[in-house]
Amino acid sequence: MKITINVNNTVHELLVDSRVTLLDALRDVLGLTGTKKGCDQGACGACTVIIGGQRVLSCLTLAAGCDGQDVVTIEGLATGDELHPMQAAFLHCDGFQCGYCTPGQILSAVCAVQEVHAGVPSHVTRDVRQTVNAATLTDEEIRERMSGNLCRCAAYPNIVAAVRQVLFSSDLSTVAHSAEVEVRS
Amino acid sequence: MNAFAFERAAAAVDAARAVAARPGALFLAGGTTLVDLMKVDVLTPDTVVDVRHLGLSNIDVSDDAIAVGAAVTNSQLAWHPVVRDRYPVLAEAILSGATTQIRNMATVAGNILQRTRCPYFRDVHASCNRRQPGSGCDALDGFNRGHAVLGVSDHCIATHPSDMCVAMVILDADVYTVRPDGTTRSIPFRQFHLTPADTPHVEVALEHGELITHIILPHLPAARRSHYLKVRDRASYEFALASAAVILDLDGRTIRAARLGLGGIATKPWRATEAEHLLAGRPATDDTFRDAAEVALAGAGAREHSHFKIELAKRTIVRAFATARDANI
Repeated sequence: MKITINVNNTVHELLVDSRVTLLDALRDVLGLTGTKKGCDQGACGACTVIIGGQRVLSCLTLAAGCDGQDVVTIEGLATGDELHPMQAAFLHCDGFQCGYCTPGQILSAVCAVQEVHAGVPSHVTRDVRQTVNAATLTDEEIRERMSGNLCRCAAYPNIVAAVRQVLFSSDLSTVAHSAEVEVRS
Repeated sequence: MNAFAFERAAAAVDAARAVAARPGALFLAGGTTLVDLMKVDVLTPDTVVDVRHLGLSNIDVSDDAIAVGAAVTNSQLAWHPVVRDRYPVLAEAILSGATTQIRNMATVAGNILQRTRCPYFRDVHASCNRRQPGSGCDALDGFNRGHAVLGVSDHCIATHPSDMCVAMVILDADVYTVRPDGTTRSIPFRQFHLTPADTPHVEVALEHGELITHIILPHLPAARRSHYLKVRDRASYEFALASAAVILDLDGRTIRAARLGLGGIATKPWRATEAEHLLAGRPATDDTFRDAAEVALAGAGAREHSHFKIELAKRTIVRAFATARDANI
């Protein structure tokens, strides 16, 4: 079936079989291989992309259901040669080893930071009625909010450090500059 | 994955008709259950009807209720400021399940209709009365550490995996549906899910093609003192071994009324009404909560690897009530 999909600000018209996932369409049809296939069953987070401003799993998303949607992949995060602050933070903090989970980690982290700035709670937030304060966010909160992205190299301490670096950065306007993350509540 | 037709509908009743017209058709919402199970050939629909764009994505707040559209995502509901304020137990339950990515995809109706995580249900080479009626149940004498101890039968011991539903069952939510002929009805949450008995494949009180349109959460002032406690093998991103959803209505140190829901240990979102009756009028002490826990688990029946879940559930109940009692509200 025919779908129109906006990936990283480029509109594509694709002819896809109903069985094709967004993950396979991105990699095999559009050649955007930055999005990784880890478990292919919604358990690892390597395939994380941003649809309509929210982080989701592309391996459990049928491409046929993405008609008219806006998708951001890891290839759409930098502005030319200028890295997105989260990409720069992962480099600065050495937030990876083999790198396979990294695109998913970075896209997930970009959204996690936006969610924190929107004040929404997580499972470890002591009182869900309170608005979360980015300035006092604990590492436990960061780990919980990033728990959907597994890293078999266990680079977790440095991933948390990278998220913390962006979270506490004073220049928040750069955080979402190309991802246009939004939190609906 | 088997070949299937992908369809969209213009309105809820059209979606209901499209599914009703084919015995092999299924609704598709967030896809976190359906696409997953289609990949492993557990579900093999010939048609899927996308129901995410039918105008069912709103949360409407009034003084006496909250109406939650069927296609509202789990994140939307858990993050809604009025939901967090009126029903902390519901926000906590949702946030304890899965991950942000999955909660951003999964819808409220899809969560209610999610299928069990029993490994024998997910393995087409295993015997499973729920997946293939009459084929037997490999879980009965198999690896049943994660299985249910309440609401079980000799045909199925699969655990209902939802956290959200355990909160909804104590909030007395109502599930509203539209049928292919255009008629609508509401189903009390407690009657929505069915225990397996001798028909494990019949999981919910819906007809083929009947579509959930929204959920009504009635106003319940006592729910401000509520809590969801989930115990599991990992700190995050894991299904419950035992969980408790509690509401405590206190008059000083005396319990005016209480509600108790249980997850991770039952074949459906479990409401422990006898335990609730025991709690009313008694002092809000850990001993009282332990008495209620004993009543709640009195009918439990464990298998080889699941005996520990009975005591675990009791302790989970006591701690959940104690946390609600001690909360600064």
